[in-house]
Amino acid sequence: MTPTPVWRRALPYLLLLAAAILLPFTGSTYWGVIATRAAIYWVLVAGLNLVVGFAGQLAIGYVALLALGAYTTSVLCARTGIGMVPALAAGGVVGALFGVLVGLPALRLRTFYFAMATLGFATIVTQVALAWTDVTGGGVGVPGPSLPAPFDTPWGFYAACVMLAALATWMTANIAASRFGRALVALRDADVAAEASGIAKAPLFVTVFLFSGAAAGIAGGLFADLQTYITPDAFTFDLSVLFFIAILVGGRGSILGPLLGTLLLTALPEVAAPLVAWSTFLYAALLLLIVLLMPGGIAELLDWRNRRPLTQDRVVLPRPALLADLLPERHRAPALAVRDVRLAFGGVRAIDGLSLDLHAGEVHGLIGPNGSGKTTTLNVIGGFARPQSGSVVLGATRLPQGAPAARARHGIARTFQTPRMVGEATVLDNVMIGGGVTARAGFMEAALRLPRQLREEAALVRRARLALGAVGLDALAAVRCDRLQHSELRFLEIARALLAQPDFLLLDEPAAGLAAPEIHELGALIRALAARGVGVLLVEHHADLIFAICDRVTVLDLGRVLAAGKPAEIRAHREVVSAYLGA
Amino acid sequence: MLEAVIVSGVAIGAVYALIGITYNVMYAASRVMSFTSGQLGMLGGVFGAWFILRLGLPVLPGAVLTLSACALVGLATEIVAVRPVLASLEKHLYVLSTLAFALLIQQFVAIEWSTEPQPFPRLLAFGDALIDQKFWLPLAACAAVIVALEIIYRRTLVGRAFLAIAEDGFAARALGLPERRLRMASYALAGVIGGLAGFAGGELMLAFFANGPLLSFYGFVPVALGGLGNNRGAIIGGLLLGLFQQAASFLVGGLFVSVATFVVFIAVLLAAPQGLFGAAAGRRV
Repeated sequence: MTPTPVWRRALPYLLLLAAAILLPFTGSTYWGVIATRAAIYWVLVAGLNLVVGFAGQLAIGYVALLALGAYTTSVLCARTGIGMVPALAAGGVVGALFGVLVGLPALRLRTFYFAMATLGFATIVTQVALAWTDVTGGGVGVPGPSLPAPFDTPWGFYAACVMLAALATWMTANIAASRFGRALVALRDADVAAEASGIAKAPLFVTVFLFSGAAAGIAGGLFADLQTYITPDAFTFDLSVLFFIAILVGGRGSILGPLLGTLLLTALPEVAAPLVAWSTFLYAALLLLIVLLMPGGIAELLDWRNRRPLTQDRVVLPRPALLADLLPERHRAPALAVRDVRLAFGGVRAIDGLSLDLHAGEVHGLIGPNGSGKTTTLNVIGGFARPQSGSVVLGATRLPQGAPAARARHGIARTFQTPRMVGEATVLDNVMIGGGVTARAGFMEAALRLPRQLREEAALVRRARLALGAVGLDALAAVRCDRLQHSELRFLEIARALLAQPDFLLLDEPAAGLAAPEIHELGALIRALAARGVGVLLVEHHADLIFAICDRVTVLDLGRVLAAGKPAEIRAHREVVSAYLGA
Repeated sequence: MLEAVIVSGVAIGAVYALIGITYNVMYAASRVMSFTSGQLGMLGGVFGAWFILRLGLPVLPGAVLTLSACALVGLATEIVAVRPVLASLEKHLYVLSTLAFALLIQQFVAIEWSTEPQPFPRLLAFGDALIDQKFWLPLAACAAVIVALEIIYRRTLVGRAFLAIAEDGFAARALGLPERRLRMASYALAGVIGGLAGFAGGELMLAFFANGPLLSFYGFVPVALGGLGNNRGAIIGGLLLGLFQQAASFLVGGLFVSVATFVVFIAVLLAAPQGLFGAAAGRRV
């Protein structure tokens, strides 16, 4: 499949924008107000979409940020007399700050807890608005602000809101298509793989919560203008429900879907006037139906391309020659050394005094019976497991324990025993997740498509295609990852790891589930990697593969090194043969 | 004054504790935390007022009908919002499905019953000698539920099967326990407990649709802080929360109470995400 051209991806947005521009010519102020409201809601939902649809965090209380933005803007305008534009900016700042405050629990809390925390925050903000009469006017409320000319007429205000909504769409679409969007989705669907790819959750989440909070705050200021007068009653939980459901109806990981969802939910009660009282009830019913019957939402309905059948009998044919371009000649990294590591899970000693050296340009096999500590060793090197004693040393640097996201910057990449992929993203996007660590452009550069971002993104795409070619999956670049078969996922994991340009690659049973010819191709690929200077640590059960391609083999048994040496020595080692290989 | 704070704090705390137990009973049977827990409490009040005040039934049949209706709602939660999600791959969707179901209940009540708090009947003709019945009824209901649960869980075969499923649903199914029927029974039981919370606390909280999300939150706080599935934690936490709220609202005013509750909730969870008595999560790779 070929990737969709840019103009075709932009077409639905342009059509919507054209409709928005044509609306004033109908002269219907009634629909003008509804469209203004939809535009304001979308400014908030666009930001929230990054939190809910991309990061997968169930923030259900965003009406609180709308209220904060609305009150900040209105109170500043009414009490200090500054213009609405600076007041709106202040609303955005307050929204951003509280967005982070409400979002922070998401770093530690599980889904339901976080949902509850945002729900609790939403109830509190309304209560504070009611009780803090000196500032908010309590139940009486405050007058809303008004934009300066030419945006002070209904249609002028409509134009301002549509412009901001278009800006929000453009920025979030840019973020979604950048390494930040990919990183959010990776944290949502494959958090362990994301961390191994060098994606640190905390700074990314804080940035996204700042952004979506600011969007919500600004939407709040506009909302106050539209209402002309705000009281706590204006910010019922029903609004939160609308925002949240618009995203889920639209489909997660999409921009167009939630945009259509917002338009649909805003217009629905207007089209069916007798249903106004029942609107929240209908939203809830819609949510239930979506969750139970169509978790993909509108976006999945619109995804025709991925319903076309793929060719059957696909064979993975790696082209190791492409590695020369992907992994340019560099000076060789110093050896990666595991020194006297001990790690116990409760009473079970998973690793008991293990030492091991991994050299650049070498394939090092790590074998042993089940439960001998192979994967745990990889986890210690990768920073996922914290040993009770011992260390992992790269050259002269001692690597910190329990910080997996920092490993990618030290040139360490890995694959997993069960492939961990983002099923909903394309194969190409999945590979590019691995390359985020090499990029420098920041979040706002991505949102505004500044030159450095565009350069890096183009380079990343090129390298991702090279990596896909090298592992033999380039024909599937545009396919949704969850449509691949198991063996393809194994090679895909290697491609993703390669995009970080690693000095060391940890492979956890890469041949498991592969057919004999594929194992052969895999062996050739691993040898080619070593020839490019990558140090490979290979955990495997296929003894044939191990002895065919390894320069060095370490045998583990019950967390200790049973034997280590050249493949020929290991094959002749009496204890290894009796304990593990068999005669 | 101290007496009034303690009496009302314990009363409202007992309602929170009962909602906390409602969460736990559902969680034990399905590993699902349901947003409908607080709605069941709200329904206990609304059904009670409807059967007894509007339809004019005597208290006892009114109570039986209220609790049966809540049991049915609990059952419906399992069938509509929980079972389909447990069958799918993405089990965390329960957050959304139970939220949707809770909203359906809440909106239906708001439209068909009233959006204003409605009076709740006086349940007993006696028992106001020392303390008004509206204060001791929730506590009595809470005690009754604890004793009943203890008897069911420890003394009956069905109760032991509940515990087996809570401990390890997979192994319990392998042993031939009818997991689905036991789960349905648990949800019905949770419905009764939640309904009882609202019914016993009816005069305190009135028959008001907005009690649903309120109870969902304040009932969850003790559960989250005490550790999921831990009924003792829920009871202690619920009573403490009730006392804290009443004391704070008496000392510094109502606004501070909700803010303080929220801050404590977040702070404790950030420090101990598994709750104060919960177990740590397993390994990830």
